[in-house]
Amino acid sequence: MQFKKLTYWMFLAPTLLAILFVIIIPFIQGINYSFTDYNGFQINEYVGLDNYIRLLQDGKFLDSMIFTALFSVVSVIGINAIGLGLALIVTQRANKISTVFRTIYFMPNLIGGIILGFIWQFIFLKAFEGLGDLTGIEGFYGWLADTKTGFWGLVILFVWQMSGYIMVIYISFLNNVPDELLEASRIDGANSWQRFIHIKFPLIAPAFTISLFLTLSNAFKVYDQNMALTGGGPFSSTEMATMNIYNSAFKLNEMGYAQAKAVVFLIIIATISLIQIYFTRKREVDL
Amino acid sequence: MLKQRKYNNMTYILIGLVTSLVWIYPFYLVLVNSFKTKGEIFTNTLNLPFDPTFANYPVALEQLDFFSSFLNSVMITTGSIAIIVLFTSMAAYALSRKPSKTSSAIYFLFALLMLVPFQSIMIPLISIFSKVHLLNRFGLMIMYLGLASSMAVFLYFGALRGIPKALDEAAIIDGCNRFQVFWYIIFPMLKSTSVTVIVLNAIWFWNDYLLPSLVINKPGMYTIPLKTFYFFGEYSKQWHLALAALVLAIIPIIVMYMFLQKYIVKGISDGAVK
Repeated sequence: MQFKKLTYWMFLAPTLLAILFVIIIPFIQGINYSFTDYNGFQINEYVGLDNYIRLLQDGKFLDSMIFTALFSVVSVIGINAIGLGLALIVTQRANKISTVFRTIYFMPNLIGGIILGFIWQFIFLKAFEGLGDLTGIEGFYGWLADTKTGFWGLVILFVWQMSGYIMVIYISFLNNVPDELLEASRIDGANSWQRFIHIKFPLIAPAFTISLFLTLSNAFKVYDQNMALTGGGPFSSTEMATMNIYNSAFKLNEMGYAQAKAVVFLIIIATISLIQIYFTRKREVDL
Repeated sequence: MLKQRKYNNMTYILIGLVTSLVWIYPFYLVLVNSFKTKGEIFTNTLNLPFDPTFANYPVALEQLDFFSSFLNSVMITTGSIAIIVLFTSMAAYALSRKPSKTSSAIYFLFALLMLVPFQSIMIPLISIFSKVHLLNRFGLMIMYLGLASSMAVFLYFGALRGIPKALDEAAIIDGCNRFQVFWYIIFPMLKSTSVTVIVLNAIWFWNDYLLPSLVINKPGMYTIPLKTFYFFGEYSKQWHLALAALVLAIIPIIVMYMFLQKYIVKGISDGAVK
């Protein structure tokens, strides 16, 4: 029994209208803006590729891109290593305490980046000073005051936040590892390291693809944490790509130029996601 | 063998415990310091307060305009989720029950839009909504519907594939129209997917900062993250008030987590893996 044409479109209309006005029209308009000198009120002229040429020579923008890329790579490694570690801890035994651990590791993900950023600002500024006084270790002083500690501060915050999220993905794959397989290997005398490398690891390989790209694109898109933890400072040296785009758009009102940066950003994010899809599909076919 | 396993058990619990303490420590420090005076935070950051005080909380409550911010957050989050759950499940239903080139094309469009990061449409989106005077809470809900629809449609579409079409047909023969079939028969069967959609979007909307900061410009309409951000800017050197405000901002989330933990964990893993 087929859907009547009118009813079909009535079911789809609200969602389609929303994506039309919220994503599709802004998307096309955005590409258009990127070739103009749009300032938020009007377009005076079309400037061709000027905005794109300008961003290639804009040291501050390129620095923010490099900072973002470095941040993303380091975070992705940290999040996946620790996330997998946490997943292994909580799946060793199915008991109450494992559930409690899982609850705790996951908690930061429920709280917004703004609040997490402020929490860690307090930790890095005040608690680290306290730890420095307690231990006499120099390294605890002056956090977030320079680019290096700002960078590591952001990495620590993001790894602490996202590991619990990625843990959930690894857990769901680890739970699908058949018990018979683990039991058989145990009888054959495999220790827990051997069981991990030879049985669990190959079976959770798809989780790596999902997690790697998910964390990579999330890391690229970080804004709130950056805003609350360092605000981009000192001297915009810890400004990430999204904040750079935001500032040129809404602080300097160079909307056309900001939109050109946003298009470059779009291409990077879309490429990351497409590579992920390609690998996930390919693996499914191979299996 | 048994002894070995018991020993292993202890090691896991120990590692898990230490990691948990590391994970909780930032929250713990914020909590204990929120009960200290301004001076004590500077001299005694790591220990429990010598002389605990509640004095920071009334001030933070008032400065955060806590109850009004809380209600704004509740309104925006629940309002957006209500329209998302209703409209995206309807859209997914139409797509799944009428396999055609049009349906495939629309499905593909939803997939394509998932590749678009918010920052790349942010500037024109704000311009367009400002022109039609929708930079307000209602406009924000429409934006969330657009931004969250792809993910929700996929989740519902996946669930609908498991519900036999014979069910729809039987109901239609019995005299139901499509809307009745959907509302009385199909929608209740999508309950588990709805929970996932609600959980994923609730975490997003409740905590979102960037989009609301661009859309909502009347202080009386601020959500908790917005208010916390502006409050922090004003009181950045007054940690005693700032920390009390952070604790207040976190409390609603922790309370929800305690009550709905089962659903939240399920929602997250379903959303992430599918």
